[in-house]
Amino acid sequence: MTGAIVGALLQALVVAVASPLLLGLVRTLKARLVGRRGPDPWQPYADLAKLCRKEVVISTATSWIFRFTPFVLVATMLVAAGVVPVLGTRPALSFAGGIILLMSLFMLGTFFLALAGLDSGSAFGGMGSSREVAVAALAEPTVMLAVFALVIRTGTTNLGGVAERIGNEPALAAHPGHLLAFVAFFIVMLAETGRLPVDNPATHLELTMIHEAMILEYSGPYLAMVEWASAMKLFLFMTLLTNLFAPWWVPADLGAYALLLGLLALAGKLVLLAAALAVLETAVAKLRLFRVPELLAGSFALALLSVAAVVLLK
Amino acid sequence: MLGHAWALEVPWLVPLAGLSLRMDPLAGFFLLLVGATAVPASIYAMGYTRRGLGAYPAFLLSMAVVPLAANVLTFLLAWEGMALASYALVLSAHDERDASRAAWIYAVMTHAGLACLLAGMLLMAGWTGSLRFADWSAAAAGLGAPARNAVFVLLALGFASKAGVMPLHVWLPVAHPAAPSHVSALMSGVMIKLGVMGLLRAGTDWLGVGPPWWGVALMLAGTASAVGGVLYAVVERDLKRLLAFSSIDNVGIILMGVGAGMVFHASGLGALAVLALVAALYHAANHAAFKALLFLAAGAVARGAGTRDLEALGGLAKRMPWTGAAFLLGSLAIAALPPLNGFVSEWLTFQVLLQTMRIPRLELSLVFALAIAGLALAAGLAVACFVRAFGIGFLALPRSDAAAQAREVGGAMRAAMVLLAALCLGLGLGPTVVLPHLGAVAAQRLGTGAPLPGPDAFTVTVSGDFATLSMPVIALALTFGLALPAVLLRIMGAPRNMRRYETWGCGRLLQTARMEYTAIAFASPVRRIFDFLYRPQTRLEVEAHPGSRFFVRRMAYGHSTRALAEDWLYAPVLGALRLGAARVRAIQSGRINLYLLYVLATLIVFLVLA
Repeated sequence: MTGAIVGALLQALVVAVASPLLLGLVRTLKARLVGRRGPDPWQPYADLAKLCRKEVVISTATSWIFRFTPFVLVATMLVAAGVVPVLGTRPALSFAGGIILLMSLFMLGTFFLALAGLDSGSAFGGMGSSREVAVAALAEPTVMLAVFALVIRTGTTNLGGVAERIGNEPALAAHPGHLLAFVAFFIVMLAETGRLPVDNPATHLELTMIHEAMILEYSGPYLAMVEWASAMKLFLFMTLLTNLFAPWWVPADLGAYALLLGLLALAGKLVLLAAALAVLETAVAKLRLFRVPELLAGSFALALLSVAAVVLLK
Repeated sequence: MLGHAWALEVPWLVPLAGLSLRMDPLAGFFLLLVGATAVPASIYAMGYTRRGLGAYPAFLLSMAVVPLAANVLTFLLAWEGMALASYALVLSAHDERDASRAAWIYAVMTHAGLACLLAGMLLMAGWTGSLRFADWSAAAAGLGAPARNAVFVLLALGFASKAGVMPLHVWLPVAHPAAPSHVSALMSGVMIKLGVMGLLRAGTDWLGVGPPWWGVALMLAGTASAVGGVLYAVVERDLKRLLAFSSIDNVGIILMGVGAGMVFHASGLGALAVLALVAALYHAANHAAFKALLFLAAGAVARGAGTRDLEALGGLAKRMPWTGAAFLLGSLAIAALPPLNGFVSEWLTFQVLLQTMRIPRLELSLVFALAIAGLALAAGLAVACFVRAFGIGFLALPRSDAAAQAREVGGAMRAAMVLLAALCLGLGLGPTVVLPHLGAVAAQRLGTGAPLPGPDAFTVTVSGDFATLSMPVIALALTFGLALPAVLLRIMGAPRNMRRYETWGCGRLLQTARMEYTAIAFASPVRRIFDFLYRPQTRLEVEAHPGSRFFVRRMAYGHSTRALAEDWLYAPVLGALRLGAARVRAIQSGRINLYLLYVLATLIVFLVLA
């Protein structure tokens, strides 16, 4: 029992502390790719610290939902950090529920964030909420079909179990169904974490913003919590992508040496994925809002193909 | 109640076979559902209305008899009693606009369903030579496949129309909102589940073990209902109609479990079939709890704010804190979010559907993949739907004077909502307590072993190491997660004062409710993405100043969507019926002598034929 608590706290600590750095790294890489010097990768820490010292301004239109939401966002991400195989293939809260729990935790955060967007009574907030829930709803079927494709071959919906199974049998990863599911899941990650081409995290243009529109009324420590939670979400999604689809050098036990190896491997894989994300975000333009469903339909088709490939090419 | 069996026979009470009641675990489960929903609904009614005092007990009594009925006559009498009593209750809110039209549509649909049931049951009784359900399952094995299929299709049509399965759902979104709210809660929470019970009885009991396509058909119908129901719910403006459409969605989810159970049962996978049935029963119980809660809260909104139109609500979370909290909890539960009960049963349904790889057949895998995608889409859209219902209805600034003057409802109505909210929380946190009982019910129904509960008191285990779920741990972890940032901020010495100021309005001087996003606008992305289904019609009238077209004097915007089932299925059928009636009119004159002649002629024809 104490082992589980320590393990869960350790994973949550890694995710909580490292996630702003990953976000900063993506921003720095993007700046370099377009020829700017850009901020330091450590900049998000300075931003969060600054926000925490600022005064909070709350709209008179809002109810308790608006003040409660930042806490829900942080809580869901911290619990999610205990479910995802970050350091080893046996995350401490793994027994509490697998990938469906994880997706529902993200959905819980989305639910409250969308409510907070509506709560301020501004047209921007409502617009952002409306778009966010529509995109999230369309991403769900893809996630579940990609999961289905993985589950058929690993026989478990436990995230650590999937990682362990594929880590032990690398042949499982060399399969067309596996690659298709990876691409489908990657597109879902772009949609769920509000990256290009679905949403532009660097803009406040009314016509295009989704995530930024919802959090427009937040300020001070509340804004810091919301930003921190979205950094954790990005970190968790990217960790999930690497450790679910390429679970190599992920230790099964949490000895000191294995832990160090696991951390190094994770860091290496995340840097690669961050570079890929930066290149992608530099290369593509944001899609018009009503072209986004086409992108998600495409990822759904990939996931369906992946299931068919897995069933046919046993 | 779930374990003990008893029987009651009163041969003289009902003609032909007598009144016959029999308790088995499945009947006990549905009886529990009736009772557990009826208690809060009745408490609520004390503070809500005095109307329908005669029909309400009759409605409750007939709903309690339906699961127990052991022969055809008892069943049909209780079934019809349930329909007539609820018809009277729908009509009792006669000051509601459209209540009489709603009651009329309801009466027609429910009797079309009854006709299917009557035909199926009489055929079965004729072929097996018995009116008792207990004799049917033994005799069904001796019947040919076409006969069993025919009876199954008839019974499934009858029961599915009661359950509100698409496309037989048209009565549901008109009848449920028209009834008083506590009756809506019972109709959506319990009555439509009795249709599901009928499907369960027909598919696993009365007709023996059927071919896999019965289960596949139910799964496909369930998928269509789940996605279709929530798609109509997400664009609906009337709060109670929105809830009624979402009932269609949830019946679809239940049917996915029932259908999957029948497929697994037919394939000889007993343990999985039990699991699937458990998922379906759990969702039935959960839906009864959270849908009743939502309907009661919607009734409180209608009472407190005087309207159910989302465009005229807003700001109620402050004016009606109890109702607001109840609606939020119900919304979280119905959107299948942890740690509430809707999440547990949808999680179980997903675990069942994901295990189809144990039947190595491509076509079944694709059907299950479709169901998985449908369930995921329905779950995602349910989140959109209830963010909209709560966010537009209860948050931000009031959109009308009525909403701005809203008052919290009285103690009885609040107590009923608190009771149901506690039930939602309990069913969410305690699956390890509930599941063994449901497992026993399902195992008795299918005649296989019960699934094992988890390794300890907090964890549910599904099919070995396939999946585990620990709701108390999730709830505990979430509580810690909520507390942690508060502690961190305190340690870091973040300023604790808070300045209140109006929402940023792009420099406009006045920030009013007219700047808020509307319910129609909120649903716009979904409506545009699925426009083939809604076929939206937009009407925009602009009256410009004669001097310049840039000076707008008046602008009117109208928007409507069309129902696919009504246009493509019901309109042609009704048209054909009207045409037929017009033809038959030729032989109607109104003179008694002519009708006597018809009777004589018919008699002669029958005598000749005989």
